[in-house]
Amino acid sequence: MTTIYLDNNATTQVAPEVLEAMLPYFHDFYGNPSSMHTFGGQVGRQIRKAREQVAGLIGARDDEIIFTSCGTESDNTAIRSALATNPGKRHIVTTRVEHPAIHALGARLAQDGYRVTEVPVDGDGRLNLENYARSLTPDTAVVSVMWANNETGVIFPVEQLAVMARNKGILFHTDAVQTVGKIPIDLSQSAIDLLSLSGHKLHAAKGVGALYVRKGTRFSPFLIGGHQEKGRRGGTENVPSIIGLGVACELAGANLEKENTAVKFLRDKLETALLEKVPDSRVNGDRHSRLPNTSNLSFAYVEGEAILLLLNEFGICASSGSACTSGSLQPSHVLRAMGVPFTMAHGSIRFSLSIYNTKAEIDFVIEKFPAVIERLRALSPYWEEAAAAVCATRDFEGA
Amino acid sequence: MWEYSEKVLEHFLHPHNVGEVEQPDGMALVGNIACGDALKLTFKLDENGRIKEARFKTFGCASAIASASALTEMIKGMTVAEAEKVTNQDIADYLGGLPKEKMHCSVMGREALEKAIAHYKGVPVAEAEGKIICECFGVTEPEIERVVRENGLQTVEEVTNYTKAGGGCGGCHEAIQEIIDRVHAQPKPAAARPKLTNIQKIKMIEDTLEREIRPALRQDGGDIELIDVVGNKVLVATRGACASCVAVHLTLKDFVEAKLRELVWPELEVEEVSQ
Repeated sequence: MTTIYLDNNATTQVAPEVLEAMLPYFHDFYGNPSSMHTFGGQVGRQIRKAREQVAGLIGARDDEIIFTSCGTESDNTAIRSALATNPGKRHIVTTRVEHPAIHALGARLAQDGYRVTEVPVDGDGRLNLENYARSLTPDTAVVSVMWANNETGVIFPVEQLAVMARNKGILFHTDAVQTVGKIPIDLSQSAIDLLSLSGHKLHAAKGVGALYVRKGTRFSPFLIGGHQEKGRRGGTENVPSIIGLGVACELAGANLEKENTAVKFLRDKLETALLEKVPDSRVNGDRHSRLPNTSNLSFAYVEGEAILLLLNEFGICASSGSACTSGSLQPSHVLRAMGVPFTMAHGSIRFSLSIYNTKAEIDFVIEKFPAVIERLRALSPYWEEAAAAVCATRDFEGA
Repeated sequence: MWEYSEKVLEHFLHPHNVGEVEQPDGMALVGNIACGDALKLTFKLDENGRIKEARFKTFGCASAIASASALTEMIKGMTVAEAEKVTNQDIADYLGGLPKEKMHCSVMGREALEKAIAHYKGVPVAEAEGKIICECFGVTEPEIERVVRENGLQTVEEVTNYTKAGGGCGGCHEAIQEIIDRVHAQPKPAAARPKLTNIQKIKMIEDTLEREIRPALRQDGGDIELIDVVGNKVLVATRGACASCVAVHLTLKDFVEAKLRELVWPELEVEEVSQ
C-alpha cells in the first residue's frame, strides 16, 4: 500500500537533496569542526555555509543564528535566556494555544514563582489584541507568541505584536517552527528579538533546529560547555544535520512560491470537497490568515482516533486533536481555547500538506474520506438523534 | 500510536452487533459527548431468560468501539445473573488486553451492561448515585471505589486510566488518593471475613439494608423490612411499590441478595415472607 502523507506539521520527509548533502558528513568528512587540522576545519567551513543558508531564508545575519538540537531546545533557550538577562522581571506573556515546548515551560516557570499570562484567542483562533496589549507590564521580561499554530495553521500578527512589546522594552520571542519555509519571513525588517525554528518541519532531519538571536540582544546560554556557536551553545555540532538544514532552508526559499500556490491549491481543493461532501463538518481556524498547507476540520458525532485508524487502512496519514490521540483525556488545548464545541472537538482532523503531495493523492482522499465518516456515524448513538432532529426541523419548516 | 491487539483492531474494523435491538428488555446509555465516548447498549432475552440478542452503538475511539463489540459477543447466551458477573477485566481479556490508558473503555462497557440490567430489573444503579469526585468527567465516589477494589488499583494515574477521573483539571487527585487509601485499608468484604456470630450477621444485614438497599428501593416507591434471620436464610417482607410489583422476586434475588452476599456473607439466601 502506498502512503499518502498529509501530516507534515508533525514531521516531513527529508528532501532527497538534503539527504544527499548530509551523507558525505557521515563517511567522508567526519572530522570535528573544532579541530586544529584541515580534516576537521573543512567541516567548519560547511557549517558556516549552512549558517548563511539558514540566515538567508529568514532575513537574518549569519552571526544571529545558533544551531540547536530541535525547536523545543530553541524555545527553552530563548525564554531562559530572556529571564536570565532580565533578572528583575518576573512576568511572562504567552498565549493559550502555544506548543507544549512553550506551554509546559510556562507551567514550570509558574511553579518557580514567575507570573505567566496566557492571552486568549477567539473562536477562529485569532489572538485578542486588546487583551495582549493590556498584558504587557513593566514587570514583563519576555513575550512568546507562536508565529503560526501547529494545529490550525492560524497565523498571528507577530510583527505587530513584536513592535508593541519593543515599545515597552520587552523582549519578543516567536516559535516559528511551523512558519519558516511556508510564508516569507524577513527579520531585518521586524522587531522580533528571538525566533525558534526546527529542521524536521521543513524537510531537513530530525534532531536539528536553530535559534535566531537579534544582534545586540543580551544572551545567556542554556547548554553550558565548549566554545561551539561562539560559546552560546555548548556541545559538538550535529554536523550532517546542520549541513542538511542549510540545504533545506535554501530549498524552502526556492519553494516558497510553490508552497503558496500549488500546495495551497491542493489544500483548498481537499478542504472544499470534504466540507461539501460531509454534512455537519466545519473548518477550525481563521481561513483568512492561515498557513497555506494546513486544514483543520471537524466532523460532528464521531471521534478522531477512530477516523485516523480507518484512514490508516487506506494508507492516509493525518492527525487529530481528539482526546484519545492527544494522550490526555481532553481534546486539544488549542480547540478548547477556541471554544470549539465538544461534539466537534473530538472529531477534529488535521491535514497538513507539503510540496511532495500530488493532485492524485488529494483526489484519492476526497474519494475515500466521506465513507469513513459515514461508517463511524452509523455506529454513533448521537448521529441518528442529530439526523432525526434535522429532519424534524425540516418537516417543521416545510409545514 | 497505541499498541492495539489484533483482536481490538478486528473488532474495531469489523464490529459485531452494531445497532439497536427492537423493543429491548434492557437498555442503557453511558458516557456523553463531552467526555469523548458514549455507549448505548440494548439487549433482549429469550423465553429461558438468556440474552438472545445484544446490540451497541458507540461514539468513541477504536478501543471503545472494540470493547462494546466484544461485550455484545460475550453476553449473548448468558442469563442475567451470569451477565452481571462480567467485569471490565473480562472485556479487556476477551480483547487480548487493552493499553493501560484505555482501560476506561472496558469500564464503560461494564457500566453500560450494569445499567442495562438495572433498567431491565427496574432498579437504580448504586454507583451512579453518590458524591461526584471528578467534576470534569462526572465520576462518583462509589464508581471509583468499585474500580479500585475490583482491579486492585494503587495510584491516581491508574484510576484515571480506568475511569477518566482526575484526567481533566487534576483538582480531585487528593480525593482520589484518599479513596484508594481507604479501600485498601478496609478488609476485603465477606470472603476475607472470619465466621460471623448470629448477632454480628444480623447487625450487618440490617446495616446493609439500611445503607445500600432501602435507599435504592425507595427511589422507586418501594421498601423492604427484615423479619428474621434463620441460619443463612434472610426473611424479608416487601413494602410499598415492591409489594405489588410483578418483578419483585428478581429484585430480591439479583439486587438484594447479591448485595447482601457481597457485603455480608457469601452464602446468604433471601426469602420473601408475607407479614
